[in-house]
Amino acid sequence: MSENKTVKFIVTRQDSPDSAPYEEEFELAYRPNMNVISALMEIRRNPVNTKGQATTPITWDSNCLEEVCGACSMVINGKPRQSCSALVDQLEQPIRLEPMRTFPVVRDLQVDRSRMFDALKKVKAWIPIDGTYDLGPGPRMPEKKRQWAYELSKCMTCGVCLEACPNVNSNSSFIGPQPLSQVRLFNAHPTGEMNRGERLEAIMGDGGLANCGNSQNCVQSCPKGIPLTTSIAALNRDTTFQAFRNFFGSDNA
Amino acid sequence: MLNIILKIQGGLIMAGNREFFNRRLHSLLGVIPIGLFLVQHLVVNHFATGGAESFNKAADFMGNLPFRIVLETVVIYLPILFHAIYGLYIAFTAKNNAGKYGYFRNWMFLLQRVSGVITLIFITWHVWQTRVAAAFGAHVNYDMMADIFSSPFMLVFYLIGVISTIFHFANGLWSFLVSWGITVSPRSQVISTYFTIGVFIVLSIVGIRAILAFV
Repeated sequence: MSENKTVKFIVTRQDSPDSAPYEEEFELAYRPNMNVISALMEIRRNPVNTKGQATTPITWDSNCLEEVCGACSMVINGKPRQSCSALVDQLEQPIRLEPMRTFPVVRDLQVDRSRMFDALKKVKAWIPIDGTYDLGPGPRMPEKKRQWAYELSKCMTCGVCLEACPNVNSNSSFIGPQPLSQVRLFNAHPTGEMNRGERLEAIMGDGGLANCGNSQNCVQSCPKGIPLTTSIAALNRDTTFQAFRNFFGSDNA
Repeated sequence: MLNIILKIQGGLIMAGNREFFNRRLHSLLGVIPIGLFLVQHLVVNHFATGGAESFNKAADFMGNLPFRIVLETVVIYLPILFHAIYGLYIAFTAKNNAGKYGYFRNWMFLLQRVSGVITLIFITWHVWQTRVAAAFGAHVNYDMMADIFSSPFMLVFYLIGVISTIFHFANGLWSFLVSWGITVSPRSQVISTYFTIGVFIVLSIVGIRAILAFV
């Protein structure tokens, strides 16, 4: 009965960053517990499309295969998500695979996500602790706050929120929800808080926080359930006060 | 002198913060003064439900306010001009995707942009037909509006225009509360959603009643 069962894929392919995309169909034998990655690996072993033509193996990005690295994100049946945790049994067929076009396509399903890492540098998403001498242990963090901050730290820079956001596109310089929520994470840290003004200034720059249009697609799409829109609203409040401090001056550092 | 002006501008708009300043100004102007003016305008129009005389009295009071041209310029013309031009820029930089991501807030995001454009077209026509006409000598009164609404097309156009304007204000009020960091938690944003739906319904009743009073 299940011996003849097959899985059908329609993959949007692109040979180089500048070439035109095209669709190619693949059909392969069903195996129990398949995910999209294992299907792509199966196609790679024998890259022949449904027309029986030999073709090049599909290029994609992946690393951890347990939904914590974010590398294998792609648009699966219209929604961006990680292909490692996309189980074939739970997907409607034919399964459509496309690259996340918000990012520059390198080849086939592989995209260049470096804009997100550049954004993390732009917003200073780190805690400066380097010095010429031992700075000591630093202030303690309440356990309750640590547990709350842990949820924000789950961000794996996968790019799904940017793909879902209507304001992140080629017409706009918006950095997107991902680096913004990281500003909230590092500003919440007792040591990171010492540089909170610098991070707020960074997201008040062009392409920053103010570009959010509150479509709230990001929080609906985040595979890690990060409260991205709550972070954005909280930063809206913080930058309101920061703007007043900048304009009127403040006796607080 | 130029140095001093540049310094003030530098303090007001930090280097590279122009977009932040413009966005916040856009959000603020939509509520104060434009939103307040809209509410006032709808309330004054509602005098029409009390008959022609009642409306004419209210319209004459508004039309004869002291410093009228200054009030109009500062409270209405300049804020709407900025809000409209920057709003068009915002609306056309979005790549709408409500078909793919059909969440409630994403639909509101799209409708906010669509209603903004409809509202701009409506207001432009409305100002031309009433305020510009008044500047050329027409008298703004009950008969003027009753004459406009004698055309069924104009009646439908005004109904759509007014409802679109009220929607844009009510939903804009919701995002104003988020953009300024007043509603942060998901629960506060849900409560403000219900509140702004209430604002939309109440103002729509006021606006539609006023229009139908001229028919």
